[in-house]
Amino acid sequence: MVHEWALAESIILHIKQHGHVNIKKLRVSIGVLQSIDKEILEYALRELAREYGVKLDQVELVDEYPLLKCNICGYEWSINPGEISEDIREAVHFVPEAIYAYYKCPRCGSLDYAVIKGRGISEIAVETYE
Amino acid sequence: MKLMSDPRLLRARQILSRVKRVYVVMSSKGGVGKSTVATLLALYASSTNLPSGLLDLDFVNPSTHIILGLSAESIKYREEKGIIPHRTGLLNYFTIVTYTRDLPLALRGDSARSALREILSIINWGSLELLFIDTPPGISDEHLDLLYSLRGVIKPIIIATPSKLAWHSVLKLISILRDAGYSEIYFIENMGNGELEYAAKNSGVTYLGNIPFTKHIELSIGNIEKLLQLDVKTHINRILEKLTAT
Repeated sequence: MVHEWALAESIILHIKQHGHVNIKKLRVSIGVLQSIDKEILEYALRELAREYGVKLDQVELVDEYPLLKCNICGYEWSINPGEISEDIREAVHFVPEAIYAYYKCPRCGSLDYAVIKGRGISEIAVETYE
Repeated sequence: MKLMSDPRLLRARQILSRVKRVYVVMSSKGGVGKSTVATLLALYASSTNLPSGLLDLDFVNPSTHIILGLSAESIKYREEKGIIPHRTGLLNYFTIVTYTRDLPLALRGDSARSALREILSIINWGSLELLFIDTPPGISDEHLDLLYSLRGVIKPIIIATPSKLAWHSVLKLISILRDAGYSEIYFIENMGNGELEYAAKNSGVTYLGNIPFTKHIELSIGNIEKLLQLDVKTHINRILEKLTAT
């Protein structure tokens, strides 16, 4: 799975666009629904930071667990990515919205629900030396 | 310090900037043949040895794979710092059906927008000559995202049939595009014989040409060889010549 590289490049471009090139700590919250390999993501972040001329010291990658909410009946539930079949997990890894093709609200059966949390990158925060 | 805005759009912009010409194929109404025209333009361009791409961003009703005769299972992407599109001849191709197995996908606007940003930021198109992006009909969150986030990178092509109702909504779409800062707007008249040429030119859009109605298109759906031998191929090639000359 090398989706991590694409995510890492988006993050580094984002940091650079905000004018930060001297990072003491980078904190990224990642939804576990996307099954991101944190080791690969950190490796990609460091490689790309070098490539884009960003000094990057500490990297903290924080898991965000999924929370889904039905737009019809209001029921809230979670999905454990470990229990998703391999092929669906891979689909969701690349395009998390693919989950809507495979899951319904467990209470009312509605297809109209929202992934409130745990989808993908939800927060990027930096501490700088500047 | 929390950094706001979506980081994916930056990579999307960077990737698409490497493509020489990116056309977003739009229609203000459904059923005007937008997906068919987008697919034919990409297919014909690739058949003339131009490195070309087709990106299907209609998540709810993707149909370009049906036009190309590809099943969800047969479309394969390579993974290399993101995703390398599927290749059919010289055509580079991406559709979401690979991940949804062509199952129904009901997405609210914010989810469709997020899927769009994810897809645009992970597909490595390389340095194509032409990329055609097929979009859902009307103006939705996906269109607004494309138009405002990728200004300067994409150019819109409007498709319409020669009908008063279609033209009325085309005028609204032109107005939205101009308001979003697009001065270069292209127009293709589908299933027509030039009836809209005067109106299009009068509205200040570039009339690329017409594709007359032909039953051969319907009969050729799903068969690339037949699609490349359509009786309207001269019209399609003429439109491509104008697009590549710009």
